[in-house]
Amino acid sequence: MGKHVITLMVNGESHRLEIEPRAHLADVLRDELALTGTHIGCEHGVCGACTIRVDGAITRACLLLAVQAEGAVIETIEGLSDSGEIGDLQDAFRHRNALQCGYCTPAMLITAQDLLLHNPNPDRATIRDHISGNYCRCTGYQAIVDAVETVAKARQTAGERA
Amino acid sequence: MSGPLSPLDRPNSYIGRTVPRPNLERLVEGRGTYVSDMTLPRMGHVVFVRSPYAHARIVDIDTGAAKQGEGVIAVVTGAELVEQCSPWVGVLSHLKGLKSAPQHAMAVDRACWQGEAVCAVVANSRAQAEDAAELVQVQYQELEPVTDMRTALEPHIPVIHAELGDNLAFERSLDAGEVDKAFSEADAVAEAEFVFGRHTGVTLEARAVLADWNPGERRLTVYQGTQAPHMMQNIFAKHLALEEAQVRVVCKDVGGSFGIKVHVYADEMATAALSKRLKRPVKFVADRIESFVTDIHARDHICKGRIAVKQDGTITAFAIDDLTGIGPYSMYPRTSAIEANQVVNLVGGPYQARNYRARARVVFQNKNVMCQYRAVGHPIACSVTEGLVDLAARAIGMDPLEIRSRNLIKDDAYPTDSPSGLKFESLSHHASLAKLKQMMDYDGLRAEQKRLRRQGIYRGIGLASFIEVTNPSAAFYGVGGARISSQDGVSVRMDATGAIIVQTSLTEQGQGSEALTAQVVASALGVTLDKVRVILGDTDNTPYGGGTWASRGAGIGGEAAWQAGKALRMNILEVAGTILQTVPDMLDIDQGVVVDKGTTRERIGLDEVARIAYFRPDTLPADFQAELLATRHYVPRQYPFAFTNGIQASWLEVDTETGFITLLNHWCVEDCGTIINPQLVDEQIRGGVVQGLGAALFEHCRYDERGQLTNGTMADYLVPMASEMPDIEVGHVVSPTLESELGAKGAGEAGTAGAAACVANAVNDALEPFDVTITEIPLTPSLILNALGRRGG
Repeated sequence: MGKHVITLMVNGESHRLEIEPRAHLADVLRDELALTGTHIGCEHGVCGACTIRVDGAITRACLLLAVQAEGAVIETIEGLSDSGEIGDLQDAFRHRNALQCGYCTPAMLITAQDLLLHNPNPDRATIRDHISGNYCRCTGYQAIVDAVETVAKARQTAGERA
Repeated sequence: MSGPLSPLDRPNSYIGRTVPRPNLERLVEGRGTYVSDMTLPRMGHVVFVRSPYAHARIVDIDTGAAKQGEGVIAVVTGAELVEQCSPWVGVLSHLKGLKSAPQHAMAVDRACWQGEAVCAVVANSRAQAEDAAELVQVQYQELEPVTDMRTALEPHIPVIHAELGDNLAFERSLDAGEVDKAFSEADAVAEAEFVFGRHTGVTLEARAVLADWNPGERRLTVYQGTQAPHMMQNIFAKHLALEEAQVRVVCKDVGGSFGIKVHVYADEMATAALSKRLKRPVKFVADRIESFVTDIHARDHICKGRIAVKQDGTITAFAIDDLTGIGPYSMYPRTSAIEANQVVNLVGGPYQARNYRARARVVFQNKNVMCQYRAVGHPIACSVTEGLVDLAARAIGMDPLEIRSRNLIKDDAYPTDSPSGLKFESLSHHASLAKLKQMMDYDGLRAEQKRLRRQGIYRGIGLASFIEVTNPSAAFYGVGGARISSQDGVSVRMDATGAIIVQTSLTEQGQGSEALTAQVVASALGVTLDKVRVILGDTDNTPYGGGTWASRGAGIGGEAAWQAGKALRMNILEVAGTILQTVPDMLDIDQGVVVDKGTTRERIGLDEVARIAYFRPDTLPADFQAELLATRHYVPRQYPFAFTNGIQASWLEVDTETGFITLLNHWCVEDCGTIINPQLVDEQIRGGVVQGLGAALFEHCRYDERGQLTNGTMADYLVPMASEMPDIEVGHVVSPTLESELGAKGAGEAGTAGAAACVANAVNDALEPFDVTITEIPLTPSLILNALGRRGG
């Protein structure tokens, strides 16, 4: 199968890649760039485990061909961890035990951050609704909702103080 | 005061404290190592060609075109792989009469379910292997499939394995007390047929295995998401003609298991066999479509139940006739008869009634294999028992809480047993019921229910008492001849800086095995948690033991950790006593410092003890040798299982126009004995409840009459998502087991055990004005509308 040369901007680094046009972005991130924090759960866009940020919007990496992402700003859990942008969410997840096996967690964190960026003061039903595209088999979701709620309140308080 | 200090009495004990699990930073930052993430030099990717038929003879496999595919390393048929991997039969000797047929790593001449692998393609990339797999030409002759378990034993139905004589895998009957007399003397008898849909685990990370046969070392290393590494070590050795010492099983991060990843899967055996055949690493990761047709399914029971009750509410007898279909083979090595066996064991378990009759039949069918999934048998037994209790209550006009209060085994009756022979050390049904009643404001909810009904809003309350099998001894598998260890081992050592390294035979799939081990060892020793590092999931580097399944981690592995920690403390204090020229009995360890016992007077730090022991032993007496490593093993012996108990309640609303159910609240009170980390126990309960709620409302592997799974994608097979799930309130009663010093029992099954039962009871309670009784799950909107007679256009 013929390959395409594309340039992907991932976590602020530019990568020139030779890939098959059929390759989806989750596979390319994992297999070509070894960014294994983006997980694969279903590869048909339901489970949400491969959620990343593309041009600021949360996106299922399994539903996007890598060639479609050329020129886009791609952010994965690795980049968001290194930058510290979601450090408070990660800390809250850890203290609330909002993860068990951890497989859904990177995507869940990115989805939660997306909510808090757009709605700094969500109620529990809104949090549940926003993460309802991310499947977690372990926790039963309540601890995740608690952790997100805690961070929302903490950011509000910090914002009021500032 | 004499006698050993209890775990709770240790200075600065971590027992009973919520502290974050170690190693979570790694997972929240996406730095975990799941098998799916791993690559090795020269690694091939295997993709399986799978039977599209539920039952078919394999006439011919043409691999010629596939072998020419780009990047293809090998194409191997089931018949060819027999050279590398011997077949197995999933039976246990203590399940008398259980039979099954030999199962191969891939089908050899006949495929027995849709999804069974018949040919393997190994290539340099997954995509190349998938491309080449499409070029494999398999010629099948379709055979009549056996799909309906209700008719599987009828004479006109084909026998799947002719050599077995019939499609009956296992049958068990039990008759205790005077059942006929109890029914004939009853004031009311209620009966129903309970139907449980097949469902499956849907672990978010699919099954994954990376096998690496190194001919230079003559060793096979298997990286596998498994709950039982030592069991797998034995199985790989046995069927690949190796010594166990030639096999190392490594279990790193696992993306969910729940019993799905404790079994021997044919395609995973094939992957290891292919590595041996090809002399290079081979990796298999199931895709989601494969997961649905190959990960074990569970439940799929039809259970007829009867209950006898007196007008004063006394339940006098239970009787059940259970039927389950397990697919074409009994799974290996735990067998597919355990769930039905558990149903027989557990029905009626929380209650005083002594008259009990049960029959369970387990039949073969041409569907995916079935085996043990979280809470094995419990949801069936609990739904049947609790459904019958509600029917009995309704028959005599008694409140559901009141009938339970009159019949649950009294809290002062222990030790006692059940009609099926279960031994109960100490349960707390009545304390749990009282706590639940108060937590949920039962009387207030009843009043609200009545008020809302007048407005045409139909809400229901459902209750479900349960017992839970935890801490299984050798009675579970070992006595039946399976090399599945019921004991666990823990080694604890102090390094040269005074830090602690723990190796345990438990495994971690997110439950908190590392956390509980670290908390127990830190408490036993008297060090802070940050000084303790836990190693697990590696047969080369941990003591021998069972792993993490059947709610055994805290109770068995935790006790081994406690004993090992205590032993190392004594060893450390002997060294300290020698250095300080005092007797060890006068010393203790508190926050990493040797102190005078009962005080906080510091004598010497553990770093200094370690420095002297490792680098200046010349300063110690010539006849003294420091031993800064201790290993202990533990297995329960008095009780075959440490039973726990609890009760759940559901409060929900049924929309009688649409059939939709809205879960409003859910409560669970449970008693797992000593609680090591309250947060982790609560989250086990919540996660378990939601798995049970999924079974109650959504999850169903739907097969057609030809044995085709019709909803094998995550778009079609519904799982619980955040927006449909309620908050869950968890309460505890604490009755420690006296068999161990720690006193911990398991908590992993409790949530799943009772969730579906109380939801079904709540739905029936909500629909009481319509005189409707539904005894089938999942409780889909169409099922509810049908029951209401509102199935229309």
